[in-house]
Amino acid sequence: MNSLFSLIPLVVFFPLLGMLINIFFGRMLMADENSKAPGVIASLMAGLSFVIAVLMFVALLGEPEGVEVPFMTWFSISAGSRTLSIPWTFKVDTLSSVMMLVVTGVGTLIHIYAIGYMHGDIDEQASKRGLSSDEAFDLKRRRFPRFFAYFNLFLASMLILVTGSNYLVMFVGWELVGLCSYLLIGFWFDDPIVGIYNSMAGRKAFVVNRIGDFGMVMALMLIFWTFGTLQFDDVFARAECMRTASQFECLAVDAAQMVETSPNFSLMFGFGLLQPISFGAITLSFQTVMIAITLLLLLGATGKSAQIPLFVWLPDAMAGPMPVSALIHAATMVTAGIYMITRSNVLYAMAPFSADTVAIIGAATALVAATIAVAQFDIKRVLAYSTISQLGFMIAAVGLGGYVAGIFHLATHAFFKALLFLSAGSVIHGIEHGHHATAHKGHGDHAFDPQDMRNMGGLRKHMPTTIVVYIVGALALAGIPPLAGFWSKDEILLDASKHDPLIYILLTIAAFFTAFYMGRQVWMVFFGQPRTEAAAHAHESPPVMTTPLIILAVLASIGGLMNLPFGRLHFLAEWLRESVAYAHVPAAGEGFSITVAVISTVLALAAIALSYIIYGTKPLQEGQADPLRVAGPLFTFLNRKWYWDEAYEAVFIRPFKCLANWLAFTIDWRFWHDFVHDSVIIQFFDGWAAILSRPVDMGIVDGAVNGIGRLVAGASSRLRRTQTGYVRNYALAVALGVVAIVAYLLIRFFAN
Amino acid sequence: MLDQANFLVPPIYYVALSGILFILGMVGVLLRRNAILIFMSVELMLNSANLAFVAFARSFLDVNGQVFVFFVMTVAAVEVAVGLALIVAIFRTRRSIDIDELHSMEG
Repeated sequence: MNSLFSLIPLVVFFPLLGMLINIFFGRMLMADENSKAPGVIASLMAGLSFVIAVLMFVALLGEPEGVEVPFMTWFSISAGSRTLSIPWTFKVDTLSSVMMLVVTGVGTLIHIYAIGYMHGDIDEQASKRGLSSDEAFDLKRRRFPRFFAYFNLFLASMLILVTGSNYLVMFVGWELVGLCSYLLIGFWFDDPIVGIYNSMAGRKAFVVNRIGDFGMVMALMLIFWTFGTLQFDDVFARAECMRTASQFECLAVDAAQMVETSPNFSLMFGFGLLQPISFGAITLSFQTVMIAITLLLLLGATGKSAQIPLFVWLPDAMAGPMPVSALIHAATMVTAGIYMITRSNVLYAMAPFSADTVAIIGAATALVAATIAVAQFDIKRVLAYSTISQLGFMIAAVGLGGYVAGIFHLATHAFFKALLFLSAGSVIHGIEHGHHATAHKGHGDHAFDPQDMRNMGGLRKHMPTTIVVYIVGALALAGIPPLAGFWSKDEILLDASKHDPLIYILLTIAAFFTAFYMGRQVWMVFFGQPRTEAAAHAHESPPVMTTPLIILAVLASIGGLMNLPFGRLHFLAEWLRESVAYAHVPAAGEGFSITVAVISTVLALAAIALSYIIYGTKPLQEGQADPLRVAGPLFTFLNRKWYWDEAYEAVFIRPFKCLANWLAFTIDWRFWHDFVHDSVIIQFFDGWAAILSRPVDMGIVDGAVNGIGRLVAGASSRLRRTQTGYVRNYALAVALGVVAIVAYLLIRFFAN
Repeated sequence: MLDQANFLVPPIYYVALSGILFILGMVGVLLRRNAILIFMSVELMLNSANLAFVAFARSFLDVNGQVFVFFVMTVAAVEVAVGLALIVAIFRTRRSIDIDELHSMEG
């Protein structure tokens, strides 16, 4: 084992250290108003983490089969002869290495960008609240380090997720990133105007993710029950084993040694895919159990990766600051579902029904989200739906078995979507600055929404860097060759065209809409005339923000190089072959189809042309309605995102609230509190207490004690009369006693 | 070997005398008020018991009774010493040894 591998725990502990520094010393580090120290430390830690990830990549070049680096035993439970041991072991293989590079690489760039962005964001908050300069500094001292502490914690959590060697450690990371997501969506929970909506968005994300996590937990329990372990390698080895042998034989198998089983013996007793797995009260066939496990894992993925039916939290999650949207809700956290399914590819290969479901859900999400994005006005919401749509592409790809295509798109998407979000952040930053400049001249109004594209326009003159990088990102997303998005999307489309025409058609239509809404956004934001004073006074962002943008733009342009579908250039496919057993690896010469490529490119260009005709030739004027409004109810339908939220409101939330109200007021309050508690229990208690206190306690108990006391007092007051003090009396008593004794003795003597 | 026939005086005489002495002592204790006289009556009762002891010891040829008499005499001597000391102390404080005046311990 290459000694470089032993450095792997640092990939988690650098960001964790950054978090601790910012928690405990963050305020101290903020020496003055413009201090960037907490952000610099956080970015440095993210950068060091990236260095470790690169070292892992280098080490893996020599040993592509990967290693597991033991770190500690998390817990160990003995039950009889069996022991459940959950180690925290770092799994370094080609798949986790790709994830680590993406997470830490893009993460570092977004950290750096956030230094500039959060300074502006906090200043904006301070002016919104009308704080004095001292109060503003105080706000910054508290919020700036807090943001980077959360950000570092997120990075550490995400790395725990992707480096864990078993489902439980992965689940810990899974939950921790959810926590960070919640904390960062509601970062401005105390915003004077929209604070409550921010915290509601955070809560929504958290609650919706709980539904997905319920699926995850159930899947984990099923996996443990069926395979007796949660270690990835052991689970997969035993799953393979159970294709032919009995569960009992396979429970002894681990990744290191494969036990030879006799196929004849096993087949004779009906083992294999149809063998029974006992769950105590019920027994299911192995195949059914596998479908249940994979569908429950899919439920987890739909929560975290924002797929139908649980995607509704992601658009609301845009309430968080822009770097949060870029890092967590576009580039990394939301790809956890794709990573998890890719990691579980062995299980999905054994449950084709689940794999098909995954693909259908992915394709449907891709199309639905793409259509919704067309009719949005909020620059971040367009990108949010675009993210959902692109995640749908990835999910569809992994559902089809195109794991390489899915991970490839994950990586390129991380580049160009982070780029788009950060550029949009730059735009908003500029607009807010412009709004600020004009508001002081008396043009400002508090209802101004700096994220509404109808308030923008003509920004190309004011933001020369941002427009260039934005267009690069938009073209990459639209799938225009030779940018990164073209290659990865094309690989997904090619895979779909080979395996499932329906998925291919859905995804192609989604790709058309993708190009259209990106075109619409670019025309609306950057071209035409400024539609507000704020847009007219917008300005370019500082270099700390534009530099990461330029780097990301370069990555979004050349990212395709990591997996060109030509001969030996198919690096990623070769790379992932080591860790993803069931990935489709196209035969030589079949990795690229000129037909698929031409169709998608032509459609993308047509969509951009269409958007130019609608939005480019006649730029939107101030106050003018969107030209797509001619579609009437259809546009409203899309603008209201297919009424998903309303449908959930009607189908789940309102009945749930009714039930909760009924439980709270009727059952809990009126029945339990008013009736059972206040009437039944209290009256019963009072009755018993009355009996026990008066007759029993005061009568019997006190009576006995007082009676004894009185008896003793009375007896002694009489007895003391005998104590005369005269010796004569005592002597007489003694004499009488003697007489009595003698008399008794005499009587006894003579009676005999 | 001696037997009852060898007694010049039959034991019943001794016992009768002992009883008379005891009753005399007891009457003295109960009726007299002078502490010294009461004390002397007590001595009389003790010595009546001694007489009975000695008589029976002689009658049953058992030396234990005679030994017991020595113990009684010793105790009586000690008692006299303590008792007289108390009487002297009482006389010094109260100028009287009339026991009917000494009833401060009544209940």
